[in-house]
Amino acid sequence: MVSLDLFLQAVVYGLIMGSIYALTSSGLTLILGVLKIINVSHGEFLMLSMYAAYYLFQGFQIDPFLATFLILPILFFFGAFTFYFFIRPILKAPEINQILLTIGISIFLQNLALALFTADFRTLELSYSQKTLALGKISIGVPHFAAFMISISVTMGFYWVLKNTDLGRSIRAAAQNREAAILFGINVDRIYLITFSLGAACLGVAGPLLATFYYVTPTVGTVFLLTSFVVVILGGMGNFLGAFFGGLLIGLTESVGAIFMPGSLSPVLTFVVLIVILLLKPEGLFGKRRR
Amino acid sequence: MMGRGNWKFFLGLSGALLLLILLPLTFKISSYSLHIFIMVLYFSYLSSAWNLLGGFAGQHSIGHSAFVGLGAYTSTFLFLQIGLNPWIGMVLGAILASLAGLFIGFLSFHYRLRGLYFVLVTIAFAEILAILFSNIRFLGGASGLVVPLKEESLWLFQFRSKVPYYYIILTMLALNIFFCYWVRWTRLGYYLMAIRENEDAARAMGIRVMDYKLLATALSAFLSALGGTFYAQYTYFIDPLTVFGFGLSIEILIYPIVGGVGTVLGPVIGTFVLYPFAELIRTLLGARTAGIHLMVYGAILVAIMILAPRGIVGLFGKRFSPKKEK
Repeated sequence: MVSLDLFLQAVVYGLIMGSIYALTSSGLTLILGVLKIINVSHGEFLMLSMYAAYYLFQGFQIDPFLATFLILPILFFFGAFTFYFFIRPILKAPEINQILLTIGISIFLQNLALALFTADFRTLELSYSQKTLALGKISIGVPHFAAFMISISVTMGFYWVLKNTDLGRSIRAAAQNREAAILFGINVDRIYLITFSLGAACLGVAGPLLATFYYVTPTVGTVFLLTSFVVVILGGMGNFLGAFFGGLLIGLTESVGAIFMPGSLSPVLTFVVLIVILLLKPEGLFGKRRR
Repeated sequence: MMGRGNWKFFLGLSGALLLLILLPLTFKISSYSLHIFIMVLYFSYLSSAWNLLGGFAGQHSIGHSAFVGLGAYTSTFLFLQIGLNPWIGMVLGAILASLAGLFIGFLSFHYRLRGLYFVLVTIAFAEILAILFSNIRFLGGASGLVVPLKEESLWLFQFRSKVPYYYIILTMLALNIFFCYWVRWTRLGYYLMAIRENEDAARAMGIRVMDYKLLATALSAFLSALGGTFYAQYTYFIDPLTVFGFGLSIEILIYPIVGGVGTVLGPVIGTFVLYPFAELIRTLLGARTAGIHLMVYGAILVAIMILAPRGIVGLFGKRFSPKKEK
């Protein structure tokens, strides 16, 4: 019999991982919604961002939470660089070519990391790594709690920008109808560039947050990429709010599921959720049915 | 029914086939080189099977390892547990894989879903199988299954020498190419290509789009699974990472795209060019630092996609390359 405390503990940690999934997936879904490209190298961007946080702490004693202010712009410009030199030339190519290109980038970055940083699992030892907050009988790690608060606020802030600013409106217009957006005087190429960079910048936040309590290794991105794919379908492709709630839901499913089955098998639950969604409501939790 | 100029096609193909048949007979080939040839033929075979669905019908699967793995595991598991003949296991595995293909196809095509759904669902499905097979001890778990050595015979699909395997995979590839050629120039092929170019138009012309997409998925899965059993019998060992992994799925689709997607020979040409090249950079660079050779590989992939998006076949004239616009 599972005790209530254990269950609540799982819920809390599920929401924490879920908030990270929400952040990584919203970047992926934004790129998918606007550029109609599946960015397979998304996971590797996250991995690089985590390594950046790791080495900034090891080398310069910069706290990962502070390092976010440094890593976010780095990832933004890295995204812009990738878009300008690699994604832009193939925007009109068949979708499979686009996917293969991002797979190529992903293979390159993953093995660059392997060559530079070796395959060792690395974890950060912070002064507050082991500190916990008590909430009744449930305890929450301090880095976990901070990561949760920050990722939720960043995702919501991002959503606010999309809803209420001119830039956000232009991005949504480009996502809905490229031609119409051009007719209304929106520089769609510039919007593409900004969107891709913003998608990468999400990982500039997620990476350092994650690095405070999760291991870093060259293949760590793959785990988050696959989960993010599921979240993106779950929320409806290109649906930002869907990715947010989908991320939390998948985090909960994994964490609560792990109580009832061997931990290494719990990712299967994520995919079971995916299959159920595809069978019953394939346009996603918040998607509108097309025809 | 047959396209114009097909006698040239067959002449060239027969010539190439004859060369490949004679190769181990006339030259003294080292075991290592023969292995490379077998792997080239094996990946040509898998890529052609992928191309049937991804190239002709335009439904891009990035989870074809699911079918290869189901083929490999079905025959090996049944051989281990009840001593079932691998050739029969091969067919059973292929049937199981086609059913899995129908299931995946149904999930991603119903409600007239299209495009990227199929990509994401295939990735997810292969990943589910990889996780499941790694965790079920009954099926060997993460350490995989070993094919028991019984005796050397064609009946048991076991040989000490590599030469018989070479001829088996060569035969499989030749049949596969012939089948693709047949599909390409019959009604089925035209239906599939119509669906690829414009699904709505194809439907308006009276093509049962859903049925044909499912058929293509099942056929492609069937052929891929046969390849899986070959791999298991050839290497005597399978584990979830090698037969269900994301890496294999990617490798299977790289060759057709590099060679020329949607053409009969594109996948084969792609494999014959890229596989030995990848092997070369692996032997040259792989020993120095881990990861360097795959970095080069990734960079080449990016370069090909930007510089020659229609693949090698696309570089030589329009006649062979399919029109491909979104």
